[in-house]
Formats: sequence, structure tokens, C-alpha cells
Amino acid sequence: MSGGLYSMDKKEFSTELNLKEIKPYGDTMNDGKTQVSFTLPVPCCDESIEAAKQLMKKMGFENPQVVFYKELTKGFTFFNCYGNCQHSVDYSTIHVPKVESTVMDMHETDEFIKDNIGRKLVVIGASTGTDAHTVGIDAIMNMKGYAGHYGLERYEMIEALNMGSQVPNEEFIAKAIELNADALLVSQTVTQKDVHIKNLVELVEMLEAEGLRDKVILCCGGPRISHELAKELGYDAGFSMNSYADDVASYIAHEMVNRKK
Amino acid sequence: MRESKLGLDFQRVDYAKNIAKNISDDVQNFVNNYSTVAVERTLCRLIGIDGVNSSDIPLPNVVVDFIKDKGMLKHGVLFLIGNAIINTGLTPQEIAEKISNQELDITTMDFNPESEIHKAISPYVNSSIERIKSNRQRRENYINTLGEGAKPYLYVIVATGNIFEDVVQAQAAARQGADIIAVIRTTGQSLLDYVPFGATTEGFGGTFATQENFRIMRKALDEVGEEVGRYIRLCNYCSGLCMPEIAAMGALEGLDVMLNDALYGILFRDINMQRTLVDQYFSRIINGYAGVIINTGEDNYLTTADAFEEAHTVLASDLINEQLAFAAGLPEEQMGLGHAFEMNPELENGFLYELAQAQMTREIFPNAPLKYMPPTKFMTGNIFKGQIQNTLFNAISIWTNQGLQLLGMMTEAIHTPFMSDRFIAIENAKYVFNNMKNIGEEVEYKKDGLIQKRAQKVLEDSIELLERIDKESLFDALEKGIFADIKRPKNGGKGLAGVFEKESNYYNPFIKLMKGE
Repeated sequence: MSGGLYSMDKKEFSTELNLKEIKPYGDTMNDGKTQVSFTLPVPCCDESIEAAKQLMKKMGFENPQVVFYKELTKGFTFFNCYGNCQHSVDYSTIHVPKVESTVMDMHETDEFIKDNIGRKLVVIGASTGTDAHTVGIDAIMNMKGYAGHYGLERYEMIEALNMGSQVPNEEFIAKAIELNADALLVSQTVTQKDVHIKNLVELVEMLEAEGLRDKVILCCGGPRISHELAKELGYDAGFSMNSYADDVASYIAHEMVNRKK
Repeated sequence: MRESKLGLDFQRVDYAKNIAKNISDDVQNFVNNYSTVAVERTLCRLIGIDGVNSSDIPLPNVVVDFIKDKGMLKHGVLFLIGNAIINTGLTPQEIAEKISNQELDITTMDFNPESEIHKAISPYVNSSIERIKSNRQRRENYINTLGEGAKPYLYVIVATGNIFEDVVQAQAAARQGADIIAVIRTTGQSLLDYVPFGATTEGFGGTFATQENFRIMRKALDEVGEEVGRYIRLCNYCSGLCMPEIAAMGALEGLDVMLNDALYGILFRDINMQRTLVDQYFSRIINGYAGVIINTGEDNYLTTADAFEEAHTVLASDLINEQLAFAAGLPEEQMGLGHAFEMNPELENGFLYELAQAQMTREIFPNAPLKYMPPTKFMTGNIFKGQIQNTLFNAISIWTNQGLQLLGMMTEAIHTPFMSDRFIAIENAKYVFNNMKNIGEEVEYKKDGLIQKRAQKVLEDSIELLERIDKESLFDALEKGIFADIKRPKNGGKGLAGVFEKESNYYNPFIKLMKGE
């Protein structure tokens, strides 16, 4: 089953990096080595191991190896597999839409706002709809911030209000009107059955109905949100994992200035 | 003679518990005079009112809303229904149906003498007391005949949204070694001021808590428990605006564990503090009588506040939760007081601090089946590192003899657990628990070392915090944002409209019967 500790296979492929045809890297350029694990809804037996291998082949793996299997419960078997990926992608032509702004730290952003806008920006954030998770919005907004990046509450030139979780879109908009907000941040963590999409779209529609959509910078964030998705849904920007308050604050500050032009 | 491996001064521990008791007494003085719509709906359920009307509104809501609209809720539903039983000869369920069909107004009837009203309602009260008692007996019989897993109990969640799919996942988890199955509730249920009815197959991030869903899962776990020769406990969420109602439903259907925190709803769901404090009291009375282990939610503080800097708030809250639970007659053996392994993995000696705090919690609450929560805040998409974080968490648990081990999933922060995620988590815990089984008895802590000093400091810091809260009352402390940096106004939040002061003829015999007073 296993090919042994050391691969003695003759390399029948080019080991030169070609950005037009990149594929996974194990220990040799273009070897395509990939690890995959999954569960099949069948008992653990020779046939199910064979099924796992065949499935790996259909996924585009050559030389599929099932290195571990275990029946999790009657009729469900878990597999750990390795294989050589046969597909490649052309890296040289890839274009991913991104939030285009220079990321500044807290002090730079405060200075930038002072110099270019001359007043505090009002930013309201919430985890809206039924979403009870505040970890995302807290990381961006709370004084303490996250992973060494101070949150918006600590910014001298940002008036930040974190409304917490399970905030209905109506209440969120009402608060935006009350405080005359410059930017709105929506955090969505629960994405089961695309509940976040429905909720995010609803907010945009309600803002449009109120004639507010163009008056605010509208951002959304969450572990399963991309800038591309955000744009598609009618947001100005989307922030995914590994985004911090710096990213959000810099973007808002730059965008405010861009809009004034 | 209590001995501390951490050099803790138990006189200081007793002092801390005394302050926490003062804080709890102050809350209890308020709670004793009030009831809520949720408590009244609970009483409806406990005397057998169930089902929904043609618009799918649960009959307990129909009855309580009707009485509330007439301005008569201050007398309590049991008084009015008891009175109606005498005047109509109908059962509580029949009375509820007639109210729903607008065929009966129980608020305009002449009042019978209180003693007769109490007598009229008592068969219904006793019948649910008996049913809950027999559920408790059923659990004890199972544990005596089948046996149960060793502590720390392996606690896993299922969260498919579909109760029938949850059954498949839950039975698989039990076969893999899980001792407790928690059916995560659908997001948003805590803010519903009613409990949905019947079996449900749609939910977001979880499954609706309904009495029928409880029944379905109870049956499934009994089946698999008999198969694997181990009693499997069922856990749900007794929180939100229907806290006592869920407790009653759980007691009636034989649930074993309930999330049931006195402060969680206030802080994390913005539920009004008066509402939650009244609701938690009755819910804990029911849980206490039903033999249900409650879990408190201190781990949640650390998802917003820092686990190192705010460790003392966790202990302070555990101490307050303990006293509020005592006030509701809940024995120590059913107090799954919460804490968590949530320090930043980058922190130097973080493991030692976590160990110190877990050992400290163990020593301060020696008889409580502590609920230990896994890393979540610093879990990333790096599942390989996540598996190690969970391993360290498991090591501390067996080392310090925790009670309920909520297993960490390496795919935390990615998706609700796959069947294979649960398998890997259980395998990890079993490996660590077996491989390090007696480490707690073998290893002592260096006198005045890092670990001892850490535990002593957290205790002293929480005493200081408790003294501050005691000076101001818990209500004021919550207004000032003492826990988890979250501020909640006494008259703000959801559900305040459902709180009311009790009239002198208000009647709730369950409190005495269940507390054994």
C-alpha cells in the first residue's frame, strides 16, 4: 500500500518551476503531492478502500494511497489519503479583486484622518441578524483589538460603536442615522445554508430604500467572506481572515478621502 | 483538613464565598418578589398544557398572553387556572384550548378561597413532580445497571439543524466514546419568547430545542447507550428568554445536562438583567430537582476578554453562579461551573498558567463537576496546530480532574463538526486521558513557583472584584461593565416587559416541592 519511506521513483516530469502550470509541492517541484481526508458512507472493507482510491483518481490524483482508514460508526469509514495531483493552474494570469488601500498603523491612520478629513469618523459595527458571534467584530472594534492590533475604539480619530451580536438590520440602520455614521461594519460568522448572504443582501436593500447606501462606506467581514463576494453583494469592501483593525481603518480613511475628491 | 497543592489559603476561599453569598442574597431579595412570562409559561407546561393553536402559537403563550393582556398576571397562572378548574370542572389543557378558541375568560371569574384553589391544582402539580422524579429514577437505574463513562466525561456537540440527522451523528459519537451529547441550538433561538413545537429539520448552526426533539434524542441515546453499555447523557441549552421553560421540558423528557448561566443572557444576548435573574432562579430549581447538571458559561467571557488578564472575572463569576445555584437548591454535585483554556498560544508559559487556573478552580469547588471549555478564540484554519492546542487542553483536564470535558475540534472556526472531526477529538482525549491518567497524583507544584503564585494571584484579584460588586450590587456592577467589558443597563435589553411583581395570592407550589423546603 505504501511506497516506503523514500521515494525511488524516477522523476518523469520536469522539476522546473513553471508559473503557467503550477501544482502542489511535496518535496520535489511538480510532484503534485497532496493530502486528502474524507469519510465515505460505507462500511470498512476492501471494497470501500478501493472506492476511496477510485474516488481519488476521479479527483485527479495519480498513484492514490490510502494510508489510514477507520470505521467511525457502522456504515461510515474515514480515510486519510495521498496522491499526485495531475491538474495545474496558470498562476501568471490570475487576478483577484482586493481592497486597494495602503495599510497604515493606528497612529498613521489618526494622522491621516486629521490631515485629510479634519474630524473624527463615526464607525458603527455589529454582528447582524441572528448571528450570535461577536469574535470578529470584537477583534476589529474593541479597544484591545486582536493579535497586537489595537481595535477601532482606541483610535483617536474614530468614534467607534460596537453594537454587539444579533442586531436586527432595522436597529443597525436606525443607529447609523442617529449617529450620522460614516462607515458601517457588518460581521457575519454563521454561514450555514448561506444565512449570511440573505442577511447581507437585506441590509443593502434596506439602506438603498432609505436612500443611505451612497452616504456610508459599507464593509462586511467574516471568516467566509471575501472582497469579491462583498462587491458582488453590493458592499464597498469585504474583509476575511487575517484582517485587523489597521486594514479596516486604513481602508475607511482612504475611501473617505477618495470620495471627497 | 483541606490541602492545597497551590498553597491557596482556604480562609481566603471561604471569605470569597461569603462575599459571593452576600451578592447572591441581594439578588435573591429582588427575585423573590417577581415572576416573568417565561416562569408562568413554565408553570403552564408543568401542569400539562402543551401543543399549539391554529396559528402555531404554543398554548402556554396563548394562556399567559391572554392573562397578561387582561392585567391579571400578577396573580399567577396557577391561581387563575386553579380557580377556573373549580368553576368549570375542566382540565388545564381544556382550559387552555378554550382560551385559545376565545370560549373562556378565566380572569373575570369569582375567586374561590385560596386553599380550595391550591387543592384543585395539586393533582396536576403532583403528576408532573412524579414524572420528573421517575425520569430521575430512570437515569439512576441506567447508571446503576449500564454504568457510565469515567470523568472527565467526553462532551461533544451535534449541530446539523435536522434532529434526525443529529441522531445519526450523536449515535456515532456515542459509539466512538462520547459520554455527553449536546444538541446545539439554532442561532437566534435564545431571543425567541416562545418554544417552537414538534420535531424540526431546519436550523442555522444548530437544531431548535423543542420538547419533541428532546424526546427523539433521548430515545436515540438510550438505544445507543444500551448498545455500548454506557449511559449517554443528553445536553441542551437552558438560556435565553425561555430559560425555565426549557428546564421544565428537559426535566419532563429526561435530559441530563443543561447550559444554565445566571449572567450569560444578560451579557451576551442583551437580555434584560431582571428578566434573566428571575428566570434563572426557577430554571435552576427545576434542574436541581431533575438531577440535571447545569453548565455555567464563564468560558464565554474569555471569547471577548483576555484569558490571562481577566482570569479573575471567571473565578468571580463562578463564585456568584455557585451561590445563586445554592439559593435555588441546586447541589454542588450538579454544578458544572465553567472555565476555559483560552490563553493566546503565543504566551510564554501559557500552559503553566492554564494549569494553575484549572487546578485552582478544582480546589475552590472540590465537589463540582467542572465544565472545562476548549480553545476557540485562537483556533485558526491550521487544523494541525489546532489538534495540538486541544491536546494540551486535554492534558490539563486529566491532570486537574475536570468533570465535563467539552472536546475541542480541530476544525473549530471552520465548520460545525464533521463525523470524522468528532472521532479525531475523542481519540485525542482518550489517548491523553489514558496516557497521563495519574499525573495529578504524581506531580506536585514547586512552592512559591510560577504556578502557585499565579493561582494565588487570581484568587486575590477575584476577591477584590467581588468586594467591589458587593459594595454596589450585582445590578450596578453589570451596568458598569465589570464582566467581559460589556455594559448592560438595568432597564435595557430584551424581555423586560415580561417581568412583573407578584400579588400576595400568587401561587407557585413547585418552588417548595422541588427545593424540598
